[in-house]
Amino acid sequence: MEILFVLIPIAIILLGFAIWAFFWSVNTGQYDDLDSPAHSILFDDDDDLIPDDAKQEKVTTTRD
Amino acid sequence: MSSNLNSQHRLERCFHCGQDVPNGTHFVANIKGTAQSMCCPGCKAVAETIISSGLEHYYKYRQGDSAIVPELSGTELPSTVQDELKLYDNPSIQQAFVVTLEDNSKEATLVIEGITCAACVWLLEHHLVKQTGVDQASVNLTNHRARIRWNDNKTSLSSIMAAIYHIGYQGHPYHPDKEEQLLTLEKKRAFRRLGVAGLGMMQVMMMSIALYAGALQGIEDKFETFIRWTSLIIATPVLLYSARPFFTAAIRDIKSRHLSMDVPVSIAVGSAYLASAWATITQSGEVYFDSVTMFTFFLLIGRYLEMQARHRTGRAGNALLNLIPASAIKIKDAQEVLIPATELAINDIVLVKPGHTIPADGIIITGYSSVDESALTGEYRPINKTVDDLVVGGTINVESPLRLKITEVGADTKLSAIVRLLDRAQEEKPAVAKIADSVASYFVAAVLITATVVSVTWWQIDPGNAFWITLSVLVVTCPCALSLATPTALTAATGTLRQHGLLITRGHVLESLATATHIIFDKTGTLTEGNLSLNDTQACGSHDIQSVLEIAAALEAHSEHPIAKAFRKYQVRTAETMHSELGQGLEGTIGTDVYRIGKPQFASALCQQHLTHDNAPNLDGQWLLLCSTKEPLAWFCLNDQIRKGTHQTLSILRRLGLEIQMLTGDNSGAVQEVARELSIDKVIANTSPEDKLAYIQQLQNQGAKVVMIGDGINDIPVLAGAQTSIAMGSATDLAKTNADAVLISSDIIRLTDSILLSRKTQSIIQQNLTWALLYNLIALPLAAMGFIAPYMAAIGMSVSSLIVVGNALRLTKLVRRNPVK
Repeated sequence: MEILFVLIPIAIILLGFAIWAFFWSVNTGQYDDLDSPAHSILFDDDDDLIPDDAKQEKVTTTRD
Repeated sequence: MSSNLNSQHRLERCFHCGQDVPNGTHFVANIKGTAQSMCCPGCKAVAETIISSGLEHYYKYRQGDSAIVPELSGTELPSTVQDELKLYDNPSIQQAFVVTLEDNSKEATLVIEGITCAACVWLLEHHLVKQTGVDQASVNLTNHRARIRWNDNKTSLSSIMAAIYHIGYQGHPYHPDKEEQLLTLEKKRAFRRLGVAGLGMMQVMMMSIALYAGALQGIEDKFETFIRWTSLIIATPVLLYSARPFFTAAIRDIKSRHLSMDVPVSIAVGSAYLASAWATITQSGEVYFDSVTMFTFFLLIGRYLEMQARHRTGRAGNALLNLIPASAIKIKDAQEVLIPATELAINDIVLVKPGHTIPADGIIITGYSSVDESALTGEYRPINKTVDDLVVGGTINVESPLRLKITEVGADTKLSAIVRLLDRAQEEKPAVAKIADSVASYFVAAVLITATVVSVTWWQIDPGNAFWITLSVLVVTCPCALSLATPTALTAATGTLRQHGLLITRGHVLESLATATHIIFDKTGTLTEGNLSLNDTQACGSHDIQSVLEIAAALEAHSEHPIAKAFRKYQVRTAETMHSELGQGLEGTIGTDVYRIGKPQFASALCQQHLTHDNAPNLDGQWLLLCSTKEPLAWFCLNDQIRKGTHQTLSILRRLGLEIQMLTGDNSGAVQEVARELSIDKVIANTSPEDKLAYIQQLQNQGAKVVMIGDGINDIPVLAGAQTSIAMGSATDLAKTNADAVLISSDIIRLTDSILLSRKTQSIIQQNLTWALLYNLIALPLAAMGFIAPYMAAIGMSVSSLIVVGNALRLTKLVRRNPVK
């Protein structure tokens, strides 16, 4: 079990890296808007990215 | 004489904004091959712009019909708006909020009005990026700010802002003040603290599991020591960085001789850490690093949510400063010079054109006009002002040009005074934790006394164990669950209500709403909409309702009067050679025909008839007549309408056992009419602000618990005097800052939800406090007798905290209100 003396320090170094990454993301504003990205994944506005032959017949857009 | 041509009852709703389509109109937009009905040309223009930019997905993504009715109509913006937007291209005005980057690109932050859901964000971002010259546009749904980067050679800021107008939103420049920047910094710092505590807690907990397992089945000493040392290393930043706010607050409280919850929290965290560190160094005793980090993390979550609730009101303050125009026309050596409003000085002479906002407080030196002071007073009818009258910065000049001498600028203006008042309201610590704080004082004293007794007793029995047992008493009684009991419940309920349109700004609201006995409403702007809207259109003879509406709107398009606003959304044409008769009506030419709109006598004089109010279809409301040179064309009824959902709200409130009253300064027949329609028995009309306050105080002296709901400046004393006060979202800002809560969406039905949820919150707080005290009462004697091992203390603490938090989370759903028959 002497391997613990290597693994635990590595875990602490990784933790330090995680904290650095977290600070970077907070400081660059990644957490400023927590609402809209959650919805934007549901908007299929990628029509122009789909090859024409793979497109399915689209239902006319209606409300709801 | 008049007939309603389209008498068929359509209950159609506008495809764009979801409001009822008025009878007799047929505005239609082609949406992907389907003809969809629209309520007005404004919605039609916006919908067509959205479709033509290929953004029809917007209608699929948006949630509900909450999109607002566009203020503007037609594809062309009114000239006043265009002029105003052009001002933003002026470099001296831009310097306040635009950053110039390399190669002619510029960046600005705008506050966007009208955002309701994520689909709005999607629509704005895509529409803006499609404009030529716009490089980047990102819209923040949380604070409604748009960051836009564009190439100044290819486009201008005014055309970007016009593009925002075209899809039904409005953009205003955003320039944060120092306080706003500090708030952002504070929020980020709190979030970093939370993150460090969370990461630290997870790591320490992992190590602790090894230690717990070791305690049960044996562990080699070298590993135990090593794991303890690593726990110490990880827990140290959590204590020094994340838990710091608790220590500073505790030191402050001790200095001011006031025991708050921060004191026992600091004692528990600090002593557990120091003892664990000592145990690690000397290789003796027990370690409690897991408890230290977990406790810090749990409490920081509570604090963070509470802080967020407090910062929400910060947005209102920014919106208020937007009222002040960014520019002013200064008269210098008989020349008109456009300067930024911030450069105005006392005794400057400025020119304010009709439709423009007054740049600072001043006194009129020439001109006669009416001024819309609704921003300040909530009164929607403009007030006549003449030479030597004072006008207030931020209000709007309605009719004719005015020259002012500036009397106050910057921080001395009335508007800034309001902002300062708001600042004070924010500084005031929300009373959220106060119940727990009063418990805390007794609790701290009790714990400290018990700990002393325990250590002295054990010193007599077994001096070697005395220290560790005393410490376990301190850790076990660590008031984690107790200090979380109230804040978590209040935070959960406050958050839920905010999502549903009630913003709570003071802590006692949830408690006092639950115990309320009387609900008292103001009339104008609270039970009614507070602005004139077109109630009924009666075309004369064979005229089509839509065509007469368009003529009326064309005439009214040039007026800034509140009456004109009721017609604005029908505007597709424009009239020429406009002439207005003060207090009478308007005359103008459309094509080759001359028309008049206004008071019946004034309008009918054009076609040589004599019609008065008595000729109107009925006597309710205010009727306007539209005439051509040949004949009367149509009657329009304008009225202040009762708010949607008011009937339902009042009947639910009655069923909840609340007494409903109406308190109004109005003295007209409208008071009885509204009271009759809503079946309110107790009405006190014709009251001054002092009377209102006296009435409420008298009620409260008789033991009633009063909730007052109002909107205007005249309601402010009574809002401040009532036990609980709620301002409507459309209320004047001064009223909002004086109220304990704001109905953001002005959706009055939310009141019932608030009352139901506040009652549930009270019972959940009681359950939480009972549980937390019970846990401490059971754990304390066990710890004092030395039966509690560290892992038991940690498990007990987390389980009791989780139960409290889980119980509070039941408040994230609204209580169902049973439908009224």
